[in-house]
Amino acid sequence: MSQEPILQARDISKHFGGIAALNRVSFHVNPGEVLGIIGPNGSGKTTLINCLTGFIRMSSGEVLFKGKKISNKPAHKIADMGLTRTFQIMRPYYSLPAYKNLVIPLFAPRARRTGGWRGGGKLGDRKTVSIDILEEIGFERDSFVPYKKASSLPTGYLKRLELARCLALKPEVILCDEVFSGLSMSEIASMVPLMERLQMDGITLVMIEHRLRELFQVANRIMVLNFGVKLTEGTPEEVMANKQVKDAYFGSEEVEEVMHYA
Amino acid sequence: MSTQQRRKERLDRGIKIRAEGLYALMSWRELSYLTLPRLILIVGMLALPLIVPGMYWQRVVTIVCIYALLAVSFDFLAHYVGLVSLGGAFFVGAGGYLAAILNSSFGLPPLLTIPIATLAGAAICTMFLLPCLPLRGVYFAIVTLMYPLVLARIIEAMDVLGGTDGIMGVDSFTNPWVEQYVVIGCVLLFLFGVRRLVNMDIGLVFRAVKDNDQAVRASGMNISYYKAIAVFLSAAMGCLGGACLVHIYMWAGISLFALDFSILPIAATVIGGGGTLVGPVLGCLILVPISELLREFGTLRIVFYSLILVGFIVFRSEGLMVYGERKYHQFQRWVQV
Repeated sequence: MSQEPILQARDISKHFGGIAALNRVSFHVNPGEVLGIIGPNGSGKTTLINCLTGFIRMSSGEVLFKGKKISNKPAHKIADMGLTRTFQIMRPYYSLPAYKNLVIPLFAPRARRTGGWRGGGKLGDRKTVSIDILEEIGFERDSFVPYKKASSLPTGYLKRLELARCLALKPEVILCDEVFSGLSMSEIASMVPLMERLQMDGITLVMIEHRLRELFQVANRIMVLNFGVKLTEGTPEEVMANKQVKDAYFGSEEVEEVMHYA
Repeated sequence: MSTQQRRKERLDRGIKIRAEGLYALMSWRELSYLTLPRLILIVGMLALPLIVPGMYWQRVVTIVCIYALLAVSFDFLAHYVGLVSLGGAFFVGAGGYLAAILNSSFGLPPLLTIPIATLAGAAICTMFLLPCLPLRGVYFAIVTLMYPLVLARIIEAMDVLGGTDGIMGVDSFTNPWVEQYVVIGCVLLFLFGVRRLVNMDIGLVFRAVKDNDQAVRASGMNISYYKAIAVFLSAAMGCLGGACLVHIYMWAGISLFALDFSILPIAATVIGGGGTLVGPVLGCLILVPISELLREFGTLRIVFYSLILVGFIVFRSEGLMVYGERKYHQFQRWVQV
């Protein structure tokens, strides 16, 4: 891959008081690829996403998105540029029906610029567009599901809703924070093709995952974090053969599973 | 036989399809089912000055409407934007003093001072509240409560804007009927306007800010901007109330910053049902006249007043409108289990 990286992070550090949640982490993401970020609990994966998207200020370091410096910009400006994220703990608008949840991102300045839809335009109003997006992401159009309140939806749909909220913005990069966690095996099985299709649509994905087997089906490259430090980076096979990674995950079931798979 | 169990079954009426706010209307009966409650409210409000006895109660109707404006403003901010505002007194004071200054110093007639004071007052209030918009919950409430107290003391201590005497000799409305129908019209206008607004796309954004502001930021929207719009709207309602009040009493003084204007709308919202917008208006229609009726008890008035409030909170904690709406929209029957 000779292209310019779409997202580049240099020496990101984040200290919470005396605790170094991230210590000089550098990596890059090429356009169109899927980068997986793995690591044991508390290794700083979610903190990394929070830093990249401006939800928390990083202590030091630099982030470049499409060659522009975005470090410590306000979260809404970063999202407006096309670098979107999902939340590990789902954050739907519980009091609104699922389809109205998507009206909010469709109302955002970026969606108005990129989508070409305005209320009542030729693509229909925002509620019609949101039903279209929901269908694309796996909500059955003619059922009651898109009309149900978000508070009554099961986890699987809420995870999809998180993704849909990003898609409504027509993003260039989606940072997915554990979209597979908390889902049943069959739900994950239906999510994997969805992620593959997003990649085929030209969206660059950064996926934080604990479900390594499914992640390795999708990801081109894997980065491993442990205690806020980047251990290694490479193809799934290379990463799993790495001694340090085995140590970090020592005794963990997932590594054995993956070794079978690889 | 006593072991037989019964349970209450609740069914939605058939005209509601799929989701909240989507109806299929097939007949005049169903149409009137939806429009009648709204018509009763509108006609009732408009007829109120005609059916109450005497000038005294007509004045009470006007005061009810001013509190109703404040209550709708509180309900909108608290239940649709997630900002609990105790700023009723701040808004009334800002709007009231502005109208009084415009009238007494520049000689503008009430029909000009009221709209100007509404817009300018709302802009000033929003600017004052801008720095604390990132705050949420009780912190925002405390800051909004601080402003009226501080401003009243400043006016008192610095002896500006008439000091403790206030600004006297403000013009009144040309006649009492104009006065009453201006405020009643404003209440209805804002009530239905805000109801429409919260179901529009931008209203959904407001509700999203309340539900989950981080997710709104993640969608590339500046939450402070949307909060500022909402505060402006809410302050405009309060300032309108204040401006009308000044022209009704023909006087502007530091009692415009009285905490009644912050607290009573909250009590009315609790009684009427939060989040319904109509509920708070209903709450004002109950609370303000009760407080007038209790005047003959002298100092014991506040005791009876609190007892009534407590009664409402204990027995109808959800609020009258929430309860009423549920009964109206659902069939209920006992079924054998």
